[in-house]
Amino acid sequence: MNVPVKSAASAAGPAAAPFLRIRGLSKRFGRFTALQDISLDIPPGDFVCFLGPSGCGKTTLLRAIAGLDPQDEGRIEIAGRDVSRLPPAARDFGIVFQSYALFPNLTVAANVGYGLVNRRAARAAIEARVTELLALVGLPDQGGKYPAQLSGGQQQRVALARALATAPGLLLLDEPLSALDARVRLRLRDEIKTLQRRLGVTTIMVTHDQEEALAMADLIVVMNQGVIEQVGSPQEIYRKPATAFVADFVGTMTFLDAEVSGPMSLRVGAIDLACPDAGRFQTGSVVRIGLRPEEIRVRNLDHLTPNRIITKVAMLDFLGSFCRAHLKPEAAPDVTILADFSLNLMRDLAVMQGQRLTVGLPPESLRLFAKSS
Amino acid sequence: MSVASIPAPAPAATLRVARDAWIIRLAVVLLVAWLLLTIALPLWALLSKSFQNASGQLVGLANYVRYFSTPTLYGSVFNSVAVALVTTVIVIPLAFAYAYALTRSRMPCRGLFYAGALLPLFAPSLLPAISLIYLFGNQGLLKGLLFGGSIYGAGGIIVAQVFYCFPHALIIAVTALALADARLYEVAAALGTRSARVFRTVTLPGAKFGLVNAAFVVFTLVVTDFGIPKVVGGQFNVLATDAYKQVVGQQNFEMGAVVGMVLLLPAVLAFAIDRIVQRRQVALLSARAVPYEPKAGGLRDVALTGYCLIVVALLIGVLGTAIWASFISYWPYNLSLTLRNYDFGTFDQSGWMSYRNSVVLAAGAAAIGTAIVFTGAYLIEKTKVLTAGRMLAHLLAMLPMAVPGLVLGLGYVFFVNAGWNPLNVLYGTLIVLIVNCIAHFYTVAHITALTALKQIDPEFESVAASLKVPFWRTFRRVTVPICMPAILDIAVYLFVNALTTVSAVIFLYGADTKLAAIAIVHMDEAGATAGAAAMASVIVATALAVKLMHILLDRVLFMRLQAWRKR
Repeated sequence: MNVPVKSAASAAGPAAAPFLRIRGLSKRFGRFTALQDISLDIPPGDFVCFLGPSGCGKTTLLRAIAGLDPQDEGRIEIAGRDVSRLPPAARDFGIVFQSYALFPNLTVAANVGYGLVNRRAARAAIEARVTELLALVGLPDQGGKYPAQLSGGQQQRVALARALATAPGLLLLDEPLSALDARVRLRLRDEIKTLQRRLGVTTIMVTHDQEEALAMADLIVVMNQGVIEQVGSPQEIYRKPATAFVADFVGTMTFLDAEVSGPMSLRVGAIDLACPDAGRFQTGSVVRIGLRPEEIRVRNLDHLTPNRIITKVAMLDFLGSFCRAHLKPEAAPDVTILADFSLNLMRDLAVMQGQRLTVGLPPESLRLFAKSS
Repeated sequence: MSVASIPAPAPAATLRVARDAWIIRLAVVLLVAWLLLTIALPLWALLSKSFQNASGQLVGLANYVRYFSTPTLYGSVFNSVAVALVTTVIVIPLAFAYAYALTRSRMPCRGLFYAGALLPLFAPSLLPAISLIYLFGNQGLLKGLLFGGSIYGAGGIIVAQVFYCFPHALIIAVTALALADARLYEVAAALGTRSARVFRTVTLPGAKFGLVNAAFVVFTLVVTDFGIPKVVGGQFNVLATDAYKQVVGQQNFEMGAVVGMVLLLPAVLAFAIDRIVQRRQVALLSARAVPYEPKAGGLRDVALTGYCLIVVALLIGVLGTAIWASFISYWPYNLSLTLRNYDFGTFDQSGWMSYRNSVVLAAGAAAIGTAIVFTGAYLIEKTKVLTAGRMLAHLLAMLPMAVPGLVLGLGYVFFVNAGWNPLNVLYGTLIVLIVNCIAHFYTVAHITALTALKQIDPEFESVAASLKVPFWRTFRRVTVPICMPAILDIAVYLFVNALTTVSAVIFLYGADTKLAAIAIVHMDEAGATAGAAAMASVIVATALAVKLMHILLDRVLFMRLQAWRKR
């Protein structure tokens, strides 16, 4: 099953021809299908994230684009050139691996200049370029050191500088931040994004961290089990997930089973809910409702507020700047609804465990998905 | 951006990439051709020879029938196996106890004890045999200890083999015992387990597979060794001396081929069983294991130290006897020291030439062999073309481990000498000897190279491809420097083994390419035991000198050229 290709508005404008074009790409490892009929357009200059759980095929797709693990079927075009059958050395890309793969016996400067020595340029020109790149990634005086003497974050930046040295048209990043600790990861996230924006190089990053993808990407490609679930900007992916998988994978979601009781209404146990989207489904069919915790309303509820239900606060998780409450509706005690309350709200409303709380579920926040058996 | 000052890649870049891919393909094809030529075809020649009669016609199993219906011939099978079994039963517990002392106690000077116990590795297998003759032979110093018996025969073979095989078993036992998880011992102690039971239920099972492996290695070594039974075997026939008698003595190549094939069986069987057993080995160390630190054990340590002292004294004593005897004027009557025995020309026609030939052979095998082995391992492990070819190359590279040197040598005799072979002009030259040595010792060198290559980040080649750097530049600038310690290990391994081997070369030398090991055999045959001892001592000295150079080079290399390994 393949979701139709959507190219979001990009930095270069919606009318720009796609820089990378993939059609009908499939890859199998023996009996196991890693990628199934993938089609994708990537605009020039965009920061694209391949996002998905382990084993979904995102790294396989990246390596197929690079030519490192060639595909079984399909076409890949980069900048209008058909590269489907070309070996990696004939394509135009730079790559940063999760392990950085820095040459341990060469200095930082020699690592960064590794791809430049091949072009038979003057030594002075190469040195100037290396100095420029090291300054760009924030390591101005580290040229003489060896990789073993650098920290993880510094090594990652050297790997980045090395990949950018030849000014490739495409930059591929294979989970570059996974091996770093949380603090360094956050800082490098910003640095990579800033660098990419400055250079304008089309970048594809593979990650399983949805927060990273939301923060960094212009375009997110959500993948699951070898197929693309959705392609869109971070806002689109978060607010309008196309499938239950995307809804569940990106951000937190409460899922409820409901029966469509009318063209605009749903029934959860003994509760009736108004939902404008219910008309998409046949009356009497069972659907899944997806509801984000931050969309639950607690304040300013009056008798006109739609979907008002009385709940009991079964559990409160303290998460630092906010609390996540597990709410059980009195009319449907088997169901649990997650709700995020800021600490201000908690104080104002004196929310406590075991307390009765009236909440409102805005009809437009109820996302409906077909119930798969 | 000043990238404009760097010239963009020429349009011919794509052509160059395609050309590089073809170079790699060609290299793989050449590698497979080399391995087929030097390993597979000689074995095939041996196999087919055993089915032929003297005029080269195929006679089916006639030779085998004749072999198994002649008691004097097939009796050797029983003799070889019996001697090997007895040796194994003696050596394994001895080596295991020594390894236990080295790894599980706080004995002083463990490094020296280990080095001392490995000394026999640097000598040809003949050396312990020669020492035994000086100690227990007809003019032996300690002849009285035998109470009228003779050292020549099965007993002498067994004793000499024990000395020769001890270091091989020790290395494997040390590796097996050195991997220990301290947490298991802590748990056992917390449950109040007595040390005998701990030994039986924790230590022994952990070392089980190492012991099985060591047993098979020793068994194979004894069954296939030629030097010791030749010198001290007397009338006791074993397979190795049979092959020699048939081929060199009676010029009966067909029967020699049959003996060679029979000799192959125990080795291949041991190799196969060992592989099956190894596959069932569980990982001894998980990622969470804590390395075991032996505790000071008082009385136990004293007992172990005493045991190790005795063993190492015996080892050095036996080796030292032959070396000391080489300086003796006229054993055992005139014990004054002299250098007369080192004038090899008086005993053997080739004199010091045989030593020179041996050194050239060893150096050639080390230089050429290391290059082929390492480049071959690189092609197999790090490239992606011609997968079937690379797998075939790997399989062929693993084959020599199961083939005794004598058998491979026989195969070379038949293969290189064959009338239809254009290379038969090379028979008897150093080139054939070098190629044979490289083939015989290929497997361990190959595994060493593969292990080193596997430890390098697998994405180096991908990075180089993305930067459009040709593979051979990355090989030269990155792969070889990082693997330099392993490359030196391989070179020294090939050198020492080529220098000290007897079995591999006994059939292949020519009139002007006699080797030191063969000169020893001839001098012993002619009764010039002192000369034989002297030549053996020279070999030991050379091998030790090279090993010392290796240790020094490692230190220097580490200090200066490998400074990038330090944090």
